[in-house]
Amino acid sequence: MDHIDFSIVLHVWPHLWQGLKFSFMLTVAAFAIGMILGTIFAIIQHLQVPVLSPIVKTYITIMRSIPLILVLFWFFFLVPIVLGYFSSSGRPIPIGPVYAAYITFGLFEAAYYSEIMRVGLRSISRGQFEAAQALALSTFQTYRFVIMPQVLRVTAPIILSQTIILFQDTSLVYVVSLTDLLGAASKIAQLNGRLIEMYVTVAIIYLLICSALSQIVTFLKKRAEPMTR
Amino acid sequence: MFDVLFEQAADGRRYIDWLLSGLVWTVALAFFGWWIAFVVGVVVGVGRTVSSPIVAGVARAYTELFRNIPLLVQMFLWYFVLPELLPTSMGNWIKQMPNPWGAFLPALFCLGLYTASRVAEQVRAGIEALPRGQREAATALGLSGRMAYRLVLIPQALRLIVPSLTSEVMGIYKNTSVALTIGLLELTAAARQISEATFQTFAAFGAATIIYLALALVVHQLMVAIDRSVRIPGTEGGPPRRRFLLSLRGSGA
Amino acid sequence: MEDKDRHIIAMKGVVKKYGAFVALKSVSLSIEQGERIVICGPSGSGKSTLIRCINGIEKHDGGKITVGGMELGASAGNIDAIRREVGMVFQSFNLFPHLTVLENCMLAPLRVRRLPRAEARQVAMHFLQKVRIPEQAEKYPGQLSGGQQQRVAIARALCMKPKIMLFDEPTSALDPEMVKEVLDTMIDLAQEGMTMVCVTHEMGFARQVADRVVFMDRGEIVESGAPEIFFRSPETERARAFLQQIIA
Repeated sequence: MDHIDFSIVLHVWPHLWQGLKFSFMLTVAAFAIGMILGTIFAIIQHLQVPVLSPIVKTYITIMRSIPLILVLFWFFFLVPIVLGYFSSSGRPIPIGPVYAAYITFGLFEAAYYSEIMRVGLRSISRGQFEAAQALALSTFQTYRFVIMPQVLRVTAPIILSQTIILFQDTSLVYVVSLTDLLGAASKIAQLNGRLIEMYVTVAIIYLLICSALSQIVTFLKKRAEPMTR
Repeated sequence: MFDVLFEQAADGRRYIDWLLSGLVWTVALAFFGWWIAFVVGVVVGVGRTVSSPIVAGVARAYTELFRNIPLLVQMFLWYFVLPELLPTSMGNWIKQMPNPWGAFLPALFCLGLYTASRVAEQVRAGIEALPRGQREAATALGLSGRMAYRLVLIPQALRLIVPSLTSEVMGIYKNTSVALTIGLLELTAAARQISEATFQTFAAFGAATIIYLALALVVHQLMVAIDRSVRIPGTEGGPPRRRFLLSLRGSGA
Repeated sequence: MEDKDRHIIAMKGVVKKYGAFVALKSVSLSIEQGERIVICGPSGSGKSTLIRCINGIEKHDGGKITVGGMELGASAGNIDAIRREVGMVFQSFNLFPHLTVLENCMLAPLRVRRLPRAEARQVAMHFLQKVRIPEQAEKYPGQLSGGQQQRVAIARALCMKPKIMLFDEPTSALDPEMVKEVLDTMIDLAQEGMTMVCVTHEMGFARQVADRVVFMDRGEIVESGAPEIFFRSPETERARAFLQQIIA
């Protein structure tokens, strides 16, 4: 066992920080795309829109049944082709791995956020819908002003939990050679051979961030449901 | 479209054999990993609910540690860091282990202990959802702590959490794909290899997708059957199950 | 042709089915503007179903319903136009828990009638004053008692200045001490000439306020007439049995 020296972490910290920043940005992008799409998917299913609802349901079932790594391989291959199909030239558009990652993670998380919100939607009593109808609010207005605000309040802790999982899952960009926190540490470790220090540091960073966020979730849960004990 | 899978590859086997070989590794890793996860998970989950603060604290530390570090990072720790931390002779023996075992065994323990932390959370939630009267009645009957758990609390809690354990079982076979980063040729890795060898990306990944979906279906049906067979007559949707489902709204699968 | 002129609500042969169960068996009822109708009957008689068909919360399967000259189901735009003129108060209040009392009342005028915010606020405060709880404007529904919540629900419906108010067992979910405050509010409303259709068990209220009492049983209107006649000497056996149960 060689001499372990954690001070090198300080030397390479700028590189690790770059990687960590990418992890954050990917998480934020995936959260935004995932929540918007997830809300739409959940409402489509709740309204039982013909044609769209079964398509959405199938998409969600598939996304939740296959590994994220496989989804990454699929989408990195497919996204340029699909975009090219919709564009004027018809040829695959090379959008670069970073944006491909944003889109892939966003589309993947949408399936998970959608399920959370679908369950949340079902917990809203029918009376809320009826009262909004009786007041002549349109379907869009009903969801925007009455239903979704309540759904988001109720599901906030679970959505945050899922986002913590998302933050951890971003480490999988390693398989498509993108440099997040783990990727940066891995590259450095290959250069200076300090495997122990680099990987343990990465583990500690994730541990601190995710622990802190989990505490927030527990706090939110307790505040939201003081009755269930 | 899938015809290419039946062609011969460079190593003499057909490509579909690569897939099947990958499938075997996936199922083996998930299957044995689940047993580690279940046993350790129940122990840790129970540990979190006992009155002794030391035991509860250790259990809590375990859960926090294994749940808050990404699986991929844990995989790297097991594969790259552990051999370095052990005494030199042991470390070298591990490093010399031939693939695929050199990759399979670290992946097995990594995945098992990671999933165990998630199972532990479910077990804890299940036990806490039981009415307090159960523990009190068991004590009143003179059952010692350990017997109360073994005979009264754990059997009920386990039946309660069968549906939510389903998502953990689904999770474990999906997570086996992470082992490809340390060189295990499981199903996803096999698909990638086929795609690189034949350039038939759709066929390769499509086949893998179908196999994963089939696995999901099998697991789901299995868990439904287990749930049905262990159900206690007269307890459908009663207070413990309702309380447990309510508490699930926070535990985030 | 006469019907449309005189009757603000006209229901002819209305049928409503839930699968094989027929909740409304060809019900006909016409209501004039300014009339106060009380619908009563045993549970399962279809009385709630009937008034919920008036503003389309339940869709009728047969027959014709015309409200304010517009026929339900005739065209897609009708239902919104009808709902703007018909206010509804529910048994379980159905206030929006994430909005304050004031915001609950302002929501529809703001978004449906597109009033400017200041005007919507004025309207809301006016009706909150009417139901005698203007001081609760900034509170959330969860902080109010049942009786207060139901009065807010009444104010919320009134803010749309409807021509007709529907009440679906408005006091059935309230503790007895709070029933009076809600009934008093409804009596005030009746005295101002609002067209009201109430499904209720409160016979004292019916006696005081109703122009007509409609008795329903098993999906049909069995008897209807002036309250004094209905309560003192009901014509049919079923009505008599029902009244005996209520009084007992």
